[in-house]
Amino acid sequence: MEQITGRALILACSAIGAGLAMIAGIGPGIGQGYAAGKGAEGVGRQPEAQGDIIRTMLLGAAVAETTGIYGLIIALVLLFANPLIGLL
Amino acid sequence: MASGFGPRIVWDSGWKVPGLEFLGTFQITETVTVTWLIMIGLIIFSILSTKRLEKVPKRLQLVLEILVGAINNLTAQTMGEDKKNFAPYMGTLLIFLAIANLSGLIGLRPPTADVNTTIGLALMTFTMIHVNGVRKKGIGKYLKGFTEPLIPLLPLNIIGELATPISLGFRLFGNIIGGLIIMNLIYGALAGLTTMIFGPSALLPIFQAGLPAVLHVYFDLFAGVLQSFIFTMLTMVYVAMAMD
Repeated sequence: MEQITGRALILACSAIGAGLAMIAGIGPGIGQGYAAGKGAEGVGRQPEAQGDIIRTMLLGAAVAETTGIYGLIIALVLLFANPLIGLL
Repeated sequence: MASGFGPRIVWDSGWKVPGLEFLGTFQITETVTVTWLIMIGLIIFSILSTKRLEKVPKRLQLVLEILVGAINNLTAQTMGEDKKNFAPYMGTLLIFLAIANLSGLIGLRPPTADVNTTIGLALMTFTMIHVNGVRKKGIGKYLKGFTEPLIPLLPLNIIGELATPISLGFRLFGNIIGGLIIMNLIYGALAGLTTMIFGPSALLPIFQAGLPAVLHVYFDLFAGVLQSFIFTMLTMVYVAMAMD
């Protein structure tokens, strides 16, 4: 078998790690879906407050998104600005 | 893909800050250029559009009045009637961010796709939160706010406060850079498809021309406007929360 260099190993593992980091997308997906569902419920119950409900919902959805964005940043760092290669 | 998706360096002075050589040379990146272009555009627009204000508004002035009124209303609704004087900053933030996010549509690199821009804006929000908190409540009551509801929660409260600018900055950055990277990958894939079908001497970039438009509507128009709105709203909510 051909010799695997340390650099290649780190790159391959970083790619797997980036994929694993994006599993974080599940959380915001559930959270935003829940927020949207509750928002729809609220609009159904009180159609005249639609503007306020949508604004609050977007704000809550944006906050719920934070963890997913952290996962994305980790994935991007692993792919494009890998700090681990510097350790070799 | 060695260079990644970072901003292009337009001009490198080769000059290093004395004492801070480890930071590297002083560079002008695409981010700075596009930010300055937007700033110049906004300044020229605001000077030209407010030059001849009339009692009975016409066309441009009418649009401006609606815009300013909407921003004033939004600020008053979100922050409370007593904090309406924040409207100019929030309006500037909203308009700047919206134009910055939309600049991807005309082929520029959005300045918000650089972590320096977003973290800079988030630090401005952070400063506003704490300076206004101290000004409104007084230093004693402000510091006491960190020990609520229990004194052992002090470290948690401090970490929570420090996480605010990080989450604000990275939310905007992550959304815009994510869209940028996905669009770049799709353009690359479509260019490959064109080459595969019509050969390297294809006359028209037939696939890159039409298909990505749908995705631009989502990533640039929808996500861009929504994220600028959310950044502004969160800034308003945080500042208002620190002041009550």
